Amino acid sequence: MILGGKKSMEFIKPAAKVRGGVRVPHRKNTSECATVDMPSPKTVKIMMSQHIGAPSVPCVKKGDEVKVGTLIGSPAEGLSSPIYSSVSGTVSEVCDAMLSSGQMSKAIVIESDGLMTEEEFTAPTVETKEQLIEAVKNSGIVGLGGAGFPTYVKLSPKTPVDTLVINGAECEPYITADYREILENSDDILRAVYKIKKLLEIKQVIFVVEDNKPKAIDKLLEVVSDKQDTDNSVRVMKVRSMYPRGAEKMTIYAATGRRVPPGKLPADVGCIVMNITTLGSIGRYLENGKPLVSKRLTVDGSAVANPMNVRVPIGTSAADIFEFTGGFKNPPKKIIFGGPMMGFAVPNDQIPITKSSNALLAFDEKTVGKMSSSDCIRCGRCVSACPMSLMPAAIERAQILGDVDELNSLGVRNCMECGSCAFGCPAKRPLVQVMRLAKQIVNKR
Amino acid sequence: MEKLTVSANPHIKGAATTQRIMLDVIIALVPAGVASVIIFGWRSLLVIATCVLSAVISELICRKIMKRSNTISDLSAVVTGLLLAYNLPVSIPLWMAAIGSAVAIVVVKQMFGGLGHNFVNPALIGRIVLMNSFAAAMSHWTLPVMYQSGADAITTATPLVQMSNGTAVKYTDLLFGTTGGCLGETCVIALVVGGIYLVCRRVISPAIPLVYIGTTALLTFFAGFDPLAQTMSGGLMLGAIFMATDYATSPTTTLGKVIYAIGCGAITSFIRIFGSIPEGVSYSIIIMNIVTPHIDRLTRHKPFGSVKAKGEGK
Repeated sequence: MILGGKKSMEFIKPAAKVRGGVRVPHRKNTSECATVDMPSPKTVKIMMSQHIGAPSVPCVKKGDEVKVGTLIGSPAEGLSSPIYSSVSGTVSEVCDAMLSSGQMSKAIVIESDGLMTEEEFTAPTVETKEQLIEAVKNSGIVGLGGAGFPTYVKLSPKTPVDTLVINGAECEPYITADYREILENSDDILRAVYKIKKLLEIKQVIFVVEDNKPKAIDKLLEVVSDKQDTDNSVRVMKVRSMYPRGAEKMTIYAATGRRVPPGKLPADVGCIVMNITTLGSIGRYLENGKPLVSKRLTVDGSAVANPMNVRVPIGTSAADIFEFTGGFKNPPKKIIFGGPMMGFAVPNDQIPITKSSNALLAFDEKTVGKMSSSDCIRCGRCVSACPMSLMPAAIERAQILGDVDELNSLGVRNCMECGSCAFGCPAKRPLVQVMRLAKQIVNKR
Repeated sequence: MEKLTVSANPHIKGAATTQRIMLDVIIALVPAGVASVIIFGWRSLLVIATCVLSAVISELICRKIMKRSNTISDLSAVVTGLLLAYNLPVSIPLWMAAIGSAVAIVVVKQMFGGLGHNFVNPALIGRIVLMNSFAAAMSHWTLPVMYQSGADAITTATPLVQMSNGTAVKYTDLLFGTTGGCLGETCVIALVVGGIYLVCRRVISPAIPLVYIGTTALLTFFAGFDPLAQTMSGGLMLGAIFMATDYATSPTTTLGKVIYAIGCGAITSFIRIFGSIPEGVSYSIIIMNIVTPHIDRLTRHKPFGSVKAKGEGK
């Protein structure tokens, strides 16, 4: 399907019906909370592994003076991304620290002087495809929806692409960071869209937004119907809100009707998929040349006193952010980096925010509760919930038996750990944990 | 700061619980139970209570002996007890009913690992054991109370037997269940209401009941029987809506469910058409229960986006 024809003032309908998924509560309590800028914390701990690929290499040492935007981690060979200081001050330590996923990585700790003095930024000259890729690489922008895949790689696909799918589905409960990006920064988004469209010779651009965000849909319709889009190829698609519609393969299928085969990339079906905040960040970089040093987060959850959206310097610890937003109304029992469906529960509040963080949630004892699981009753809810058409209950049986061949034939590698199966399970079985363990034994072989 | 909980995602879970699902099945079975009391009198309540009590106590004792957690709160034993009771004649001696329930729970369910691990429907095996052990008591059909005249209970034949003897059966009797038969199987209206409730609550998918009943109607029609009377008599409605849809013993995928239901319908029809016994619902479901793992294997989903290899797929 290639677009055209109808007026762009109308949203378009999905090209295909996505199977599976679960109805999760929306709880978008912060959707009307305009983003508040958080001032510099006393220290930031900037991780060197904030993206998929090789961790960046620290290029500053203890005692070095840095400004906002000073390169502190240079990209490693291969798939990697540069990392810039998010505050001005002095490097106090280069150490190992824990990421929200529990993995360890090198980190640079910077004592802030509180002044937020910036480097001198100049807008990049972007007239060719190569210049665009170079600029995006230098900006330090990675997939900001959560995955953290270096964005410049997406812009240099090995197969011809004709479609740019912009993911504004934001199907996770609580999170409104992308929603606020649409409402507050639509100009930045559009600037990036038209630049990419022109230089990569993209034929159609589709914004995918869930129907529980009518304001965002209206805003996008309003901005895309301006004069720049002369051939009417930038369109807004409204999809039914159902978790996980924002998953990459699901978004492509809904937007274009194309199915990405197992183990293949979006580019293999002629698509580039980008998160809407990623595009906004590219747009801002094209405008002023300031690299990615801060991130908008939704702070919410049953333990949080004042749910809100904040823009924080990358590397700020969870503790500092909660302190800035006014602390807790109930003692937190679980702190989650990301959404409640796919986010990571962290062991302490000293873990820092990375580029791809989009929410910080804290839940009290009552909502965390005890989750005891009982025997599988073979109801098949996990099978109908799985957006990847896998059979979680069968995978669990094979995992218990340690049957690697069976796990392979069940396609366990295709699991994206979205949690739909475990969400719907009446026996409350920890299916995502089982999937991870199963993948581990499959990969060991 | 207090110790934080760390666990795998998702950190929120849906409202569905095993207990709630079983409660929905119990609620769906209530209309048929009420109908049985109206049709066969208060003794039917006594039979139901005996079966349920025996099932729950058997499960309790069994789990205790096996040193396993107590599972009676998941209500699955109550469902098994109810279903067995609905498959018994109202005149059955209570001790027999209790034995049937105990066999269903202990032998069929708990000895194979409990809820979800049984490979055949416990209530149906309970019924089959009773039929083979106490054939006379299990085929003693009392005439509904509205047709009784004297002080002594008059017996009757089931509609399926009447039809094979050439006696016409009124549709209204079949619909309201005012015929001879097992206490919970006769009232078609009550069973269908329960089935619609289960479909609306998304406890069962309509695939199995519809295909099962449809297949039976079609095959008996081609064999020269009255398909409407065939589908409304015997244990078909109870079996198709409540027994064949048992999660543990039916396939997971929709295609699997359809194959399974066609199998159930075909075997039921063949037994009714060619068999020496009048009714075949129990046996057909049991046979298809045993085939279920194979159906499950053949109807496995391919991961999203998989390209079908040559000569593969249907």
